[in-house]
Amino acid sequence: MSALTENSTDNGVMMAADGTPLKRSLARALRRQKLRALMLIAPLLIFVLLTFIFPIGSMLFRSVENDIVANTLPETVAVLGRWDASKGELPDEEVYAAFVRDMVVAVEAKQHTRLGTRLNYESTGMSSMFRQSGRKMKKIDPETDGPFKEKLIDIHKGWGDIETWKTLQTHSGLYTSGYFLNAVDAQKTHEGFAWQPEEKQILLKLFWRTLVMSMVITGSCIALGYPIAWLLANVSARNANLLLILVLLPFWTSLLVRTSAWKVMLQQNGVINEVLVWIGLVPDAERLILINNQFGTIVAMTHILLPFMILPMYSVMQTIQPSYLRAAKSLGATNWTAFWRVYFPQSVPGIGAGSILVFILSIGYYITPEIVGGTKGVFISNRIAYHISSSLNWGLAAALGTILLIVVLALYWAYDRIVGIDNVKLG
Amino acid sequence: MGLPPYATIPQRIWYYAFRVICALIFIFLITPILVIIPLSFNAQDFFTYTPGMLRLDPDAYSLKHYQDFFSNNEWQRSLKNSLIIAPIATIISVSLGTLAAIGLSQSHVPFKGTIMAILISPMIVPLIISATGMFFFYSDLGNFMENTLGMGKNFVGYVKVVLAHAVLGIPFVIITVTATLVGFDRSLTRAAANMGADPVTTFFRIQMPLILPGVISGGLFAFITSFDEVVVVLFVGSAGQKTLPWQMFTGLREQISPTILAVATILVVVSIALLTVVELLRRRSERLRGMSPT
Repeated sequence: MSALTENSTDNGVMMAADGTPLKRSLARALRRQKLRALMLIAPLLIFVLLTFIFPIGSMLFRSVENDIVANTLPETVAVLGRWDASKGELPDEEVYAAFVRDMVVAVEAKQHTRLGTRLNYESTGMSSMFRQSGRKMKKIDPETDGPFKEKLIDIHKGWGDIETWKTLQTHSGLYTSGYFLNAVDAQKTHEGFAWQPEEKQILLKLFWRTLVMSMVITGSCIALGYPIAWLLANVSARNANLLLILVLLPFWTSLLVRTSAWKVMLQQNGVINEVLVWIGLVPDAERLILINNQFGTIVAMTHILLPFMILPMYSVMQTIQPSYLRAAKSLGATNWTAFWRVYFPQSVPGIGAGSILVFILSIGYYITPEIVGGTKGVFISNRIAYHISSSLNWGLAAALGTILLIVVLALYWAYDRIVGIDNVKLG
Repeated sequence: MGLPPYATIPQRIWYYAFRVICALIFIFLITPILVIIPLSFNAQDFFTYTPGMLRLDPDAYSLKHYQDFFSNNEWQRSLKNSLIIAPIATIISVSLGTLAAIGLSQSHVPFKGTIMAILISPMIVPLIISATGMFFFYSDLGNFMENTLGMGKNFVGYVKVVLAHAVLGIPFVIITVTATLVGFDRSLTRAAANMGADPVTTFFRIQMPLILPGVISGGLFAFITSFDEVVVVLFVGSAGQKTLPWQMFTGLREQISPTILAVATILVVVSIALLTVVELLRRRSERLRGMSPT
């Protein structure tokens, strides 16, 4: 013991009981503590990284990935790279010969139809051209049957069109910005960039509609949620708890139950129309069309998202002192002035939190617009689902998803700055 | 609140008008849910009220849609699928989530913000995007498991959906359990260690009983997330994993039968039960932490 004391006085270093310097001993304990915390987190973190973050990342990658052309037609891509399209002449025999060799292999592996589908997104007609040519290609021997230029143009006149080869050359890279350009109604062309023809321009409109309708939904949630949140914050605790049940019940009810309820309410023979006819406000022959349009989507989604607005507003309003209002009034403010100048500014954080939450949720909604939205009331998410399950244009679906994800992450960043992620409350 | 005796007439009018407005908004919130309950007892195959129902004629009401739900193979299979998938997904998210929440609540965690953001992200990313990403990922994983590991197609289908749903439930477990741990008194675990308990005993005998309300309500959130989820299962699952919401979704799109309304009514009753449980747990948890008088 005396050695220890001597030691610590000699060097001026504090020692732990086992003789190591206290500083190092503490650092080791801290390191162990950190390691233990990380060990507890690690299983979940790996699970989420593997089954969530990685899939999202691979979706982002898929939106620029374009190896199918280079993989299916490796020789052609190599030779075609030397061709100068600006001269306005068809490629040489060399390119055609390489193409035939590639195609024979591709037809054998049944890859040519996939390539045709891929190129069809860029230039309509490519899919049938590849299918038809593939069938006839089986009879050609790439070793002996040359020259191929005339033969190919005989098989399908598309091979004599300079635009076909331009398309092939443009999209031969391993990575492409083509899907992103498609996602904003444009097209990657040989010259770089061009807008889609007028009748095919639907996606920008759809993005715009998604944004506008989400804003309308957020606005109506504010209008309906504010009075309720105010009432909840200003009645006695017992009454507030009772009224809160009326807000939480829809919150806890299955999304599909609420959506089917709105289908029942809004139909031509639905509850609202029946009641209006019964009162005599609307003649039987002129029932209102409330469903399968934008109105249906807005009403149903306002109802579904309203609790997400009320709950954050309520938790902010609970903290506002009622004495401030009384003070303002005793200083001579009218009811309106007291509310607008004193109460409202303090409740703004609640409105902000609720609005961002509702807006983020609504721009990614899929189920409700699909059921009550018809064709006019659908969102960009419905288009993504369409490209995944019906048109199978997965690259475009991934590009649309990436754009939506960027918008949501930007909003989420704003939410974190304004409210803080730790303040997310449930129920 | 309450109307002072000196209120002027416009103030009185506004006081009552405001109450009427609030009542209307509450009606807007609740009516859609209440409207479907009587309709599920409709004797006709309609989605609307028949004249007989409005006259309260007993013949206009029947239990046939409930009978259909309990006897129809499609519905029963989807109910069974939901009852297989949701509990397993919940167990995965609760066990991993609770451990991680305990880790996160320690005082020195490196990269805490980043880790938290990653773990919460399944809740922030719109479902359609998660579904798109998972669609690509799980079709590759499924092919690998079927072709290389030689697993059964049906089994692989369940594994895919369960894993996808488990990830979606995790943020809810993390949020509720970390919230409970904020009020947890650390000196209790130190006292246990002081009296010779090893970390595992301390965890199960001291910490777990105290944070249990938070764990259970996190688990309920995870359960309801999986039980109510359509988009991801639609993309990731195959026909063999058709869940109850999926069946309802197809039913609504094609408008086949009012059996959907019977199912909806059952689900409303279930959600009332869940709401009650969560509320009771919240109160118990607050009482345990001495935050509200009993």
